[in-house]
Amino acid sequence: MTIAPSSSPFAHGTSSVTKVMLRVIYALLPAIAACVWFFGWGVIVNILIAVTTALLCEALILKLRQRPIMPYLLDGSALLTAVLLAVALPPLSPWWLTVLGVGFAIIIAKHLYGGLGYNPFNPAMVGYVVLLISFPREMSSWLSPQILSDYSLNFAATITATLNGQLPNELQLDALTMATPLDTLKSQLRLDHSISETVSSHPIFGLLGGKGWEWINGALLLGGLWLIYKRVITWHIPAAVIGTVAAIAALFYLYDAETYASPLIHTFSGATIMGAFFIATDPVTASATLRGRLLYGAGIGLLTYIIRTWGGYPDGFAFAVLLMNMVAPTIDHYYQPRVFGHKRK
Amino acid sequence: MSTEIQYRKITNDGLWHNNVALVQILGLCPLLAVTSTVINGLGLGIATLLTVVLSNVIVSTIRHHVKPEVRIPVFVLIIASVVTAIELAMSAYFYELFKVLGIFIPLIVTNCAILGRAEAFASKNSVKASLVDGLSMGIGFALVLVVLGALREALGMGTLFANAQLMFGELGHAMTITLIDEYRGFLLAILPPGAFIGLGLLIAVKNAMDEKRSCKGVKVPISAR
Repeated sequence: MTIAPSSSPFAHGTSSVTKVMLRVIYALLPAIAACVWFFGWGVIVNILIAVTTALLCEALILKLRQRPIMPYLLDGSALLTAVLLAVALPPLSPWWLTVLGVGFAIIIAKHLYGGLGYNPFNPAMVGYVVLLISFPREMSSWLSPQILSDYSLNFAATITATLNGQLPNELQLDALTMATPLDTLKSQLRLDHSISETVSSHPIFGLLGGKGWEWINGALLLGGLWLIYKRVITWHIPAAVIGTVAAIAALFYLYDAETYASPLIHTFSGATIMGAFFIATDPVTASATLRGRLLYGAGIGLLTYIIRTWGGYPDGFAFAVLLMNMVAPTIDHYYQPRVFGHKRK
Repeated sequence: MSTEIQYRKITNDGLWHNNVALVQILGLCPLLAVTSTVINGLGLGIATLLTVVLSNVIVSTIRHHVKPEVRIPVFVLIIASVVTAIELAMSAYFYELFKVLGIFIPLIVTNCAILGRAEAFASKNSVKASLVDGLSMGIGFALVLVVLGALREALGMGTLFANAQLMFGELGHAMTITLIDEYRGFLLAILPPGAFIGLGLLIAVKNAMDEKRSCKGVKVPISAR
């Protein structure tokens, strides 16, 4: 009789790619619900289109690369990319926008670099940036939260609007959309309106950030904290990102409150919270060492603030993430932990 | 090796196996900067083709009279003179196209592919072989410029041969093909990232074709790890 030799570890964690991906999607659910509450069914339609496109593209590429289709298709990574990108797109954006962004993310940003685990850049953010620089008008027409409460769009009308751009009752899309809070701040500053004037006079601003946005960001924060509690992500990257954005914003706010927005607006508007917890923490493209993660997150926060304040775009999170993705391997190279038993250099 | 086979090898190298843009990856600056339309690509392609042919022939002619110590400055002088002549000719006969291509015409001097051919081929081979090499290298480079230009123009603007009147005069107006009416435009393809992605895809297609040709359908299935 032979006994199969076995070696440690004897207790296995049950974590797997699928489980991690699904948990991140669960953590997004409160924010998606808040999005539906404030901006209507658009986000659900976006997600449906994005997920369908992502799974089709993934299956097609896996077949072309002669890889087994089902295990990779069901690992949830394409699903997560699609959901993250769909949440970042404006509700009621035309269907081809979503299809193009997700297709680019899956085919070019993920599979041409070698598939899950090999992609140097966050696929969802590559898709987002491609759309942002190619179709600036579509990407900046967000629905306004209070106008939608006057003209509620049901699910069927939302689908029609997404597919052929037709709104019921001869509504014009321009009548429903308006600039996002950060966009408003930027354009008003160019017109020499001070921050406090803009925030108090524009109905889009709420208590902490933009109206509606602050609730969505609160829901994202909740989901993100749950991810840390479940140990899907560590606290380093989100803390570094939000801490850096808030610290630099506070510094400039104290220096001149009329031209630099408050740290609260910077934290609770735009993509700061969503990005800090859900985008920057992508295990493939982020820094993998603990001290490296602090530097990586701080870099994202710094670049986000710089692009927001002095750059051409209202929000710079996607660009900041892609730029820091590029240096993540270098950061890891310098912050490799000491191997047990070896001396520090 | 008979001379005919040798000429065939030179031609094949220039057009495919040692293509300036796809294999040597030389001259990327003009390649990426001007290929936003077919006509721009064709214009710069022809200018580069003329330069590489003329400089190859001249360098090959004087190859026994130049001391090796000073060959590089001599080559650069020859190339610069050729480019200056071409630049003046273009501003005389194709002024509009000359204005569109702008700085990239004089910059042909710095296209390392041309100095590369002078150094690696023309300074060591006969005038006739250098002429064939210059022609095939130049045509290979121009073809990539045109294909990349077509790719970016079709994706970015939905047209082909737009502004053909810059090169072909009044006839050119009829040459413009609109692929899709009321196309919204895909800005990424026109912008610099589109050039990098497009060139990357072209190189990938070339490598895939070479691989397919060399292994003749032997498939190695890759299993999941």
